[in-house]
Amino acid sequence: MEKRMLKDENDRVDGVFKVTGQAKYFAEYELPGLTYGVLVTSTITKGKITTLDTKAAEKAPGVISVLSHLNKPSAPGYEQDGGSPMKIFYTDKIFYNGQPIAMVVANTFERATYAASLVKATYAKEEFNTNFDKAVADSKSKKLQGQPDYKRGVENAYKTAEVKIEEKYHLPIETHNPMELHGIIADWRPNNQLTVYAKTQGVKATQGTIANVFKIPIENIQVNSEFVGGGFGMALRTWPVEIATVMASKHVAKPVKLVITRMQMFTMVGNRPAAIQTIGLGANKDGKLTGITHRAFGETSVYENFTEGVVNMAKFMYQCENVNTQYTVVPVDLGVPIWMRGPGEATGAFALESAIDEMAHALNMDPLEFRIKNDPERDQQRNLPFSDKNIKEAYRIGAQKIGWNERKNKPGSLIDGQLKTGYGVSIGVFNANRGRASVKGILKADGSLVLQSATSDIGPGTGTGMTLIASKLMKIPADKITFELGDSSLPPAPSQGGSATLSTVGSAVNDVCVALKSTIAELAANSNMDATANFVDVLKKNNLPSIEIIKQSQAGKEREAYSMYSFSIHFVKVNVHSLTGVVKVDKIVSVGDSGTIVSPKTARSQMVGGAVGGVGMALTEESIIDHRYGRYINNNFADYHVPVNADIPEIEVHFINKPDPYINPMGAKGMGEIALIGFSAAVANAVFNATGKRIRSLPITPDKILADS
Amino acid sequence: MINFQYLRTTTSKSALALLSKDKAAKFLAGGTNLIDLMKRGVTTPEKLIDINHVPLKQIELKGDTIIIGALASNTAVAEHALIKEKLPLLANALNAGASAQLRNVATVGGNMMQRTRCGYFYDTEMPCNKRQPGSGCGAIGGFNRMHAILGTSEKCIAVHPSDMCVALIALDATVVLANQKGERKILFKDFHRLAGDTPQLDNNLKTDEMIIRLEIPINNLAKNSHYLKVRDRASYAFALVSVAAALEISDHKITDVRLAMGGVAHKPWRLTASENFLKGKEASTANFEQAAKLAMTDAKGFGENDFKLQMAPNSIIESLTLAKSKA
Repeated sequence: MEKRMLKDENDRVDGVFKVTGQAKYFAEYELPGLTYGVLVTSTITKGKITTLDTKAAEKAPGVISVLSHLNKPSAPGYEQDGGSPMKIFYTDKIFYNGQPIAMVVANTFERATYAASLVKATYAKEEFNTNFDKAVADSKSKKLQGQPDYKRGVENAYKTAEVKIEEKYHLPIETHNPMELHGIIADWRPNNQLTVYAKTQGVKATQGTIANVFKIPIENIQVNSEFVGGGFGMALRTWPVEIATVMASKHVAKPVKLVITRMQMFTMVGNRPAAIQTIGLGANKDGKLTGITHRAFGETSVYENFTEGVVNMAKFMYQCENVNTQYTVVPVDLGVPIWMRGPGEATGAFALESAIDEMAHALNMDPLEFRIKNDPERDQQRNLPFSDKNIKEAYRIGAQKIGWNERKNKPGSLIDGQLKTGYGVSIGVFNANRGRASVKGILKADGSLVLQSATSDIGPGTGTGMTLIASKLMKIPADKITFELGDSSLPPAPSQGGSATLSTVGSAVNDVCVALKSTIAELAANSNMDATANFVDVLKKNNLPSIEIIKQSQAGKEREAYSMYSFSIHFVKVNVHSLTGVVKVDKIVSVGDSGTIVSPKTARSQMVGGAVGGVGMALTEESIIDHRYGRYINNNFADYHVPVNADIPEIEVHFINKPDPYINPMGAKGMGEIALIGFSAAVANAVFNATGKRIRSLPITPDKILADS
Repeated sequence: MINFQYLRTTTSKSALALLSKDKAAKFLAGGTNLIDLMKRGVTTPEKLIDINHVPLKQIELKGDTIIIGALASNTAVAEHALIKEKLPLLANALNAGASAQLRNVATVGGNMMQRTRCGYFYDTEMPCNKRQPGSGCGAIGGFNRMHAILGTSEKCIAVHPSDMCVALIALDATVVLANQKGERKILFKDFHRLAGDTPQLDNNLKTDEMIIRLEIPINNLAKNSHYLKVRDRASYAFALVSVAAALEISDHKITDVRLAMGGVAHKPWRLTASENFLKGKEASTANFEQAAKLAMTDAKGFGENDFKLQMAPNSIIESLTLAKSKA
C-alpha cells in the first residue's frame, strides 16, 4: 500500500485510507494461528497475592495457557535485580487496584475472556492511599523526589510586592482515552525471532525495550506500527502488558494478540497526573512583575517515579528578576502516570496563566496589556536571545479575531437574560525540540521519490508534512512522493513526542533531498548534461533505475546560542448560565507562533485538536476514584466526559508563519503541545470575566459554578 | 463462555408464552443497556427473547389519545410529526437523551426498563444493594455526585437515568402491560418504584408481563412546554438535573401545569405540590420561584450531590420560564 497525496496539496497522504477503512491498525492484523490474551486484574489496591487458582481457567474450552507469577514465563531481563519492581508476572506484590496479575491465552477472544473470569485470587491486604490531596497533606515530613529547585534573584519576592496574589490550583487525574484501545500482537518464532504489531509512538523504542527485557539482539525484533489511533503520550513507553504479551507468545509458541478494555485503559497505560500547585505573584502598581513563585506537587506511583515539566514556564515566560520554583512528586497507590498532550507544561500553564489573569484583575489591568507589559526580550532563565518569538503580533491577531474590544474588564458586565458572557486569554509555550534522525531517500527514474524513516504518525500527519518538505525542495509533485514510517527496520528516528517530529525527521528529509539533488547535479555534469536537467533524464542517461542516499541529521551549536520555543495564544469566549451553572464555549481563536507552517491543513488540525482537548481539560475531563476502594468509578466513555461535537464552537486558527532562522532548515517548529498548553486557563479566565467566579480546580463543571456563588 | 439461549419471536403472544416458561428470561429489544450489563457481568440471563420483530411500533392518534408501541424506536417517536405537534415535550426529552446512534436502536419499552447508571451498580467488585441486595450502598459515603436527593432510601440513592420517562410522567401517560391472561393498565407514575427496602426492583412490571404500549392523552400544553436538561457536556451525558415543564396559560393565569424532574430520584419525579401551587396563579417569576422552593421541601443531599439542592430549583424556574416564553 502506498500512501500518496492527492492532487490537492492540502490533503493528507493517508486521509483516504483512514476514512475508507484501508488504514490498518495493530489489532487488525490477522496472523495464521493467532491466539488471544485477556488479562486478570487485582481487585485489591495494595498487598500480596496469597493464592491464585488458575485450574478452572486452564480447563476451560480453548484455553492454551494461563500466565502469572506462578509460572514466570521466561524474560531474562526480569530475572535481574533492579529496575521498576512492577515486573509483570515476576512479582506477587500488588501496587494498585486493577494491576494485571495473570493473562489467559485462548484460541478465541471470547473464550479467553470467559476463562479469565474463572481465575480466582486471594490476597493479603495492606493499608493504602489513592487520594492525592491526602497524600500531599501527609507528605510534609517525608523526603520527596522531583526536580531541582530553581531560583533567580530573591526567593518568594512576591510576598513583599506592592500588589500580590497567592493561590492554589488543583488538577484531577485525566486519562488519555484515545479512540483506539491499547495492546499489541506478538509473534515469537523459533531462533528468538520476534515480530510485533504495536500501538506505539516509537517503533525503535519498543524494539529497544523488548530487546532489553528478553535479552535478544535488536536485529531479531521487527516492530510494525504504521497507523496509530491516537497516542497523546500514552504510547511513549512499552507497558508491562505489552511485555506480558511477548512473554505469552514466547511461552505458547504462537502469535498472541492483546487488546485491553476501555476500563483497563484507566489503570495500566498511564494518565495525566493529578497536581496541586501554588502560585505567588508580585507586581508593582504600574503592572511590572517583581516576583514569581511556582510550587507544584505532581502525582506519581509508589513503584516508579514520573516527573514532567510542570514549573518550566514560570522560569522564562515573563520578564521578572525574582523567580523561584519547586516541583516534587508524591506517590499514591495507583498506576504510574505518563505524559499526556502538552504534558506538565499544560498542567503548569493552567496555574500560571490563571494567576497572571488574577494579578491583572488585582491591578485593574487588561490581562492582555498586562502580558504585553511583562513580555521578555530575552530568555532570562538561560540568558539567551529567543531564536524567534512573535507573541505581540499573535496577541494582536487573536484579539482582533475574538473581538477582544467587546470585553469589559469588570467581571460580570456582559449579561443577556440568564447568560453571562466573558472573554479569556492565555499563553502556551513549549520547547522547540530537534533531535537526531536518519532518512533514506530513493529517487527513481520513473519520476517518483520514496522516503523512509522509523518514525511514527500518531495522527498529526507526519507523512503529509514530510512529503511537502520533499516536494518543495525536489520540485517533485507531492503525488509522486511516498513517505514510509512505522517500521523498525527503516533508518532510525526518535519516538513521536514533545512536538519534535517535524523538526527532527523533517530536517533529515531536507538533508537527504539536498544530497539527492547534488548527486543528480554531479551525474548531470559527468554526463555532459545541463545542471538544471530533470532527474528522470539524468538517471535514464546514466542507466540508473534509482539512486539511494541515507542521511542523519541533528541540531548544531545554534541550540547553545538561542532559546528556542513554540508559542500559542488562546482566546476564548464563553457563555455561563447563571441558574444552571453550565459553561458553553462560544468561540475559540488560537494563534500559533511556531515558525514556518509546512503543512497548512494538518497544522490547523493540530490546533483544532488541541483546542478540543483543552475544552475537555477545562470543562469535562476527570478520572474519579473511590478512595475507600482505590477503584475508578467513571472508567467508561459514558461517564468519563471527553467533549462531543455539541460542546465545540467555531474554532479559528491563525499562524504567524514566519521561519525561525535557527531551529532547522525549514524554519519550522512543532505545535502538538502548544495547541493544548494554556488552553484551560483561557477558559477559566473567560469564566471569571463572565461571572466574577474564579474556579481554581478543573474541570469547571456546573456544580462548581453554582457552589461558588 | 457464559452461554445463553437466544430466542426470536414475532408476536407478543409467543413472547409471553416463552416468558411464562422461564421467568428469569429477558426480553431483548434495542439492547443498548442490557448488552452493557451482560458484558460487565451485572446481569447474566440464561435466556434472551428477541422481540424486535414483534409488531409493536405504532405511533398513532386514536380519538383523544396518542398510542405509542413499546418497540417504537426513540428516534421514530421523537421525529414523528404527530409527536412533534401534539407532544413536543416528549420529542424534546427524547432528543436530549443518549446519542443519535443509541436513539436509533433504543425502544420506548427499553427506555422505561433501563437500569441506573450508578457506577457501583456496574462494578461487581463494589457493594451495591440494587445489584446484590444486602451488600451495602457504595454511593452513600462514596461518589454520589450524580445521585438522588428526593425519595431516597438508606439502601439506595441511585437515580433513574431516562429523559423520556420524565416527559411521560408529566404527560399523564398510561402504560399498557400484558401477560398470557390479558392486558392491564397502570398509570405511568406508578410504573417505576422508589428504592425503599427493595432497591433491586426498579419498577412494578411483573415477571410474567411485557410492556405493550403507552397511551397519552392529548392536552393543551404543546405550545408552552420545555424540557431542560442540565449536564456535564452538551450531548451523551446523563442529567445532573432535568425538568419537564408545560403550561397552559389563559388570561395570564395558569390553567394547567405539568412539572417533573429527572436525575433527582429513583424514579421520574412528578412535582405535584408545585403544580397545585401554580394552578390558577399568574405565570410570574415570583410564583415560579415559590413552586421551585416547594419542590425541594423533602430534598436532601449526600455530600457530592449537595449542589443539586440549588441546581434543581434553579432549573425548575428556568424551565418554567422558557416554557412560558414560547410564543
